[in-house]
Amino acid sequence: MIDFELTPEQKEAIAAAHKIAEEMLRPISRYYDEHEDESPKELIDKMWEGRREGGLMAGLDMAAALRTEEMFWGDAGLTLALPSPGLGGAAIFATGTPEQLQRFLGNYNEGGPKWGAMAMTETSCGSDTAAIQATAVLDGNEWVINGEKIFITSGKRAMEDSPGLVVVWATVDKSAGRAGMKSFVVPAGTPGAKVEKKEKKLGIRASDTVTIVFDNCRIPFENILGSPEVRKIDKTGTAGFKKAMATFDATRPFIAAQALGVGRAALDFVREALEKEGVKIRYGLPRNKLTALERDFMEMESNYKAAKLLTLRSFSLMSQMLPNSLEASMAKAKAGLAVTKITQKAVEIMGPLGYSRKLLLEKWMRDGKINDIFEGTGQINMLVVARRILDFSRDQLK
Amino acid sequence: MISFSPTEEQQMIVTMVKQFANDEMRKIYRECDESGEIPSRIIDTAWGLGLVSTSIPEEHGGLGGEHSAITGALIAEELAWGDLSMTMHILCPALVVYPVLEMGTEEQKKKYLPAFCGDKFKTATAALIEPRFGFDPYSLSTTATLKDGSYVLKGEKCYVPLAADADVLLVYAAEKGKSQGFIVEKGIKGLEIGEREKNMGIKALATYEVSLKGCNIPKENRLGGDKGCDFERIMDCSRVALSAMAVGVARAAYEYSRDYAKERVAFGEPIASRQAIAFMLAEMAIEVDASRLVNWEAAWKLDKKETATKEASLAKTYCDDMVLMVTDRAVQILGGHGYIREHPVELWLRNGRGFVTFDGMATV
Ligand SMILES: Cc1cc2nc3c(=O)[nH]c(=O)nc-3n(C[C@H](O)[C@H](O)[C@H](O)COP(=O)(O)OP(=O)(O)OC[C@H]3O[C@@H](n4cnc5c(N)ncnc54)[C@H](O)[C@@H]3O)c2cc1C
Repeated sequence: MIDFELTPEQKEAIAAAHKIAEEMLRPISRYYDEHEDESPKELIDKMWEGRREGGLMAGLDMAAALRTEEMFWGDAGLTLALPSPGLGGAAIFATGTPEQLQRFLGNYNEGGPKWGAMAMTETSCGSDTAAIQATAVLDGNEWVINGEKIFITSGKRAMEDSPGLVVVWATVDKSAGRAGMKSFVVPAGTPGAKVEKKEKKLGIRASDTVTIVFDNCRIPFENILGSPEVRKIDKTGTAGFKKAMATFDATRPFIAAQALGVGRAALDFVREALEKEGVKIRYGLPRNKLTALERDFMEMESNYKAAKLLTLRSFSLMSQMLPNSLEASMAKAKAGLAVTKITQKAVEIMGPLGYSRKLLLEKWMRDGKINDIFEGTGQINMLVVARRILDFSRDQLK
Repeated sequence: MISFSPTEEQQMIVTMVKQFANDEMRKIYRECDESGEIPSRIIDTAWGLGLVSTSIPEEHGGLGGEHSAITGALIAEELAWGDLSMTMHILCPALVVYPVLEMGTEEQKKKYLPAFCGDKFKTATAALIEPRFGFDPYSLSTTATLKDGSYVLKGEKCYVPLAADADVLLVYAAEKGKSQGFIVEKGIKGLEIGEREKNMGIKALATYEVSLKGCNIPKENRLGGDKGCDFERIMDCSRVALSAMAVGVARAAYEYSRDYAKERVAFGEPIASRQAIAFMLAEMAIEVDASRLVNWEAAWKLDKKETATKEASLAKTYCDDMVLMVTDRAVQILGGHGYIREHPVELWLRNGRGFVTFDGMATV
């Protein structure tokens, strides 16, 4: 039955996350945007004690989507900085065996705060993930990893600030192309894995984005993710690459949910500000009776709704264990663009207030934009959608 | 619980309507658009599917099926995928049936509903739009004034589908400044059906200007009697119906241009192999799906009997924009061939542009 009713548990999840967003994130939102070298220690410790909200470990169901949206409504950078297995966790979920899941994440909740990260992007390749240059060579019963990975979210917190881990994508045979691509778990403290440059960014400044250099970094054989079949190298099997793509099916809906949170923050703010000025959006009037402001606002709002429903649909499929690649990319493409447009328009509508750092609107515009870039740019997600609807291979549509 | 799956029963209805749209409507839509006529055979066949009549209660001669806006939206999308003119024709009687069913007095139900339970299509319609710039359904120029125990209706209407053949018209008029519905029967003095209108699209649908020159109608013919009707809800049901049709038209255009782009070769490759084309198609696919979901949410609110004005009007403006974008791109993807009336995309563009104008011409 087509239904949009939230369950009582979902409502509770939203309310709980909203409370955190409002009481713990919003008050320090501006501070950590302006002090990107400081870490929100108090928040991290408190959230670690709570350990339920935020992050990918909080499940892959609808409630996780709704919670994510609320947290990002509070603050995108801070939420990304919270202890969580993060994208590393997602990769282990999607590509690891049950034994590996247990080994790497089984005691995640014990001890102090921990982070996980995922390293795919390199200086010479981002969108074109199949072109990665980092190598993994088997030496006895160890893998030796070499290469440089950039733009790793939470890489510093995962590898320097906590006993975390990073999932690294590397090729075991350059001539094998995609078939040679495998993922490996490198725990914090492994010699030869070094965090280098920390990026300074347009937005999500509270979240660390770093380069990690792997220099003859040795890890045990068992740290290659996947079944023995995946570990095999043959020139035709692209199981490893497919697994990387499968990770995206789980992470893209989350990025979409994050985008929704930032977009709604801007929408809510503008609506309230207008109401204070005595401007109420008049729904139901014919278009030529609406003011330009009302039309803009309604467009922002309907785009938000459209993105949200596409996102929930991708979660709905995921939680039923049904294929969702197409729907995940649709949601990600739409939500990434929607948040970009909504926040940019919000800055415009509020004029000098919108542009000022006294308010958070300009920050949301900077924060929101990342959702149209990471985990596959808007264009890459359009490419995925296009290939699927056309039933084209990557050679037929480049 | 949030779910995007229609019920089994809804799926059965969708399959049935899809087949009708594909096997019947798609065979003749071009002819109909050119000639301006829809064969009565197809209208009767469609009527036989019971899309409107099943929800009439047993006591009034119907099957007493559930009346749901979501089901209505599913049906409207599938039909409109087949052809918009035919869809609006086939569903036109609902413009009287559903408001009477939801908001009519017992007498009105008894009097008007049984006529719609037969095997043959029974024509009825509604008159809302007025022929003037800045038309606003909430401040109608057509007036209804109570005088000596009956209502006097005065005003001009346009885009009244099937008015010439309708036995019953539901006319919306301002009564003390508020929009209300009045049931007007054929042949009443002062009711003048003008010439058939000529429009850019929906050419197979017969629409008319209608003049009400002081029509006297009994007081009992006010929709809902003394209580009146919930005009806002009537508008919202219309928005959901039209939005669903916009999704249907857009989906038709999207599918056609997608298939074409895979076949058509330029510079040695199918044009779909170029991102300029493939990305247009991807965006069309995303927006068709998104529009459908936004509209479903509005329909769901209507089914819960909640106020859905915000949701329905957001859905309507979203779908109005979407259908224009999608049908225009479909023409673009076919290039010069898209401009020629041998392909359907130009027809869908003409029909698609109409949605911003259409108001109150369909309901769920
Ligand atoms: C803050 C931040 C955090 C990040 N976190 C991580 C992380 O944790 N782990 C990780 O591995 N990576 C991470 N990334 C990297 C991110 O995923 C990449 O930046 C992104 O995928 C784009 O790659 P690129 O920057 O190399 O751009 P490019 O691939 O060089 O793309 C440049 C432009 O070309 C377009 N383009 C590329 N290929 C095509 C094509 N085939 N068709 C059409 N257009 C195309 C792109 O859409 C883009 O507009 C992060 C990046 C940022 C900024």
